[in-house]
Amino acid sequence: MKKHLLSINDLSASDALEILNTASELAKISDGPMKKLPTLRGRTVVNLFFEDSTRTRISFESAAKRLSADVINFSAKGSSVSKGESLKDTAQTLQAMGADAVVIRHGASGAAQRLADSGWISASVINAGDGTHEHPTQALLDAYTIRSKFPEFRESFAGLKVGIVGDILHSRVARSNVLLLTKLGAHVTLIAPPTLIPVGVTDWKVDVSYDLDSVINKVDVLMVLRVQSERMADSFFPSEREYSRGYGLDLARLNSLKSKAIVMHPGPMNRGLEISAESADSHQSVVLAQVSNGVLVRMAVLYQLLGGAALAGEVSA
Amino acid sequence: MATVLDAGEIGRALKRIAHEIIEHNRGLDNVVLLGIPTRGAFLGERIAQFLGEIQSPVPVGTLDITLHRDDLRLRPPRPLLPTLIPSGGIEGKDVVLVDDVLFSGRTIRAALDALGEIGRPRTVQLAVLVDRGHRELPIRADYVGKNIPTAATESVKVRLSEIDGEDSVEIMAGA
Repeated sequence: MKKHLLSINDLSASDALEILNTASELAKISDGPMKKLPTLRGRTVVNLFFEDSTRTRISFESAAKRLSADVINFSAKGSSVSKGESLKDTAQTLQAMGADAVVIRHGASGAAQRLADSGWISASVINAGDGTHEHPTQALLDAYTIRSKFPEFRESFAGLKVGIVGDILHSRVARSNVLLLTKLGAHVTLIAPPTLIPVGVTDWKVDVSYDLDSVINKVDVLMVLRVQSERMADSFFPSEREYSRGYGLDLARLNSLKSKAIVMHPGPMNRGLEISAESADSHQSVVLAQVSNGVLVRMAVLYQLLGGAALAGEVSA
Repeated sequence: MATVLDAGEIGRALKRIAHEIIEHNRGLDNVVLLGIPTRGAFLGERIAQFLGEIQSPVPVGTLDITLHRDDLRLRPPRPLLPTLIPSGGIEGKDVVLVDDVLFSGRTIRAALDALGEIGRPRTVQLAVLVDRGHRELPIRADYVGKNIPTAATESVKVRLSEIDGEDSVEIMAGA
């Protein structure tokens, strides 16, 4: 595996499976009383969050702490960034403090790549969401969750049908998931109004549908995306109500899912908009399992990136 | 390259270890076997098989020590192997750790740490197929299949039919 995790493209299918298998082993350990492991003792992980986040930051913090790493949380609010400090100066400050890994979330696509390529820091960089680009650990935890619900797809997702519905255009979760799920062999259908489908979608190995009702009874996994009001500068659909009627997962649509199908949502949910309360709380929803799996998958990623010595002669990605 | 134990000798050594475990613990009521993956796990299974034939079945599991190693930073990250603690747990038990080769003692130190995270056994004992010397820590085995004097530069290769297709122990000259 490479030194950084910036994009799902940094991983081969076997790298990804290795992370998922590591997470499975960590799950068995975490089930017992042995919650804390000494593996990353003395290593420092910095959570560098320029955008708001609840579960991703807490999840990374919890993962690092369970491996005994020291964690420094940094959020742009309340730091010198609000006084105008640049990413470069912030990064160099972290370098001077001896960070071994930097988990970065930033509103600009490519911010993680910039940090990794800049030469400002020697730490491993983990992308925890950059603008509308990628969110690789979310895709990994989603794949882990799918695998735990469908043991028959343990080694490959060939034959698994996944629908991703909602704001594909702005969604880094969708982008990372499309890359990872297709890499593992799943068949992915993107479902959204035409205005929320990215222009370059023809290059992706996916089907596109504008009609949720024609697809919903065929999928094994329905991934519902959040309507990202903070990125909706233009009007992409006439009204929230109309979006909800066309693409929201309400009770009627929940009932038309296959009985063994699962409903996923990366959170935070807009209840009543893209997902109704009944759907979010139904027994087919695995939203909370996604959260707890997130810690395991992030532990596995931290272990893979920091657990050993760098390979001799390794070139950083 | 020299073969120091063949399949028959490995089988007899494990059977003798099984007898010694029964003798030392005055029965098997409180004994739990934990093999250290990869090959220690198979040896643990085999010793448990002998114990079952000689006296009574014992709980057997595996203990992966990767996350407790002290040389993690000296090598690339390695995959985790399964840890399977028997349902009865290890609290208050006489735990017998099983590994293939006892060398520096660092694996066993890591295993003791890993064990301490899971519970507090009454005693911890160690069974190994081969003790090749060159300890770097104050650790010794309670049950030894064979003591094999080696030079530090030599390596000991244990093959087991479960994964290597045959049972043998060989000494290879150092690189």
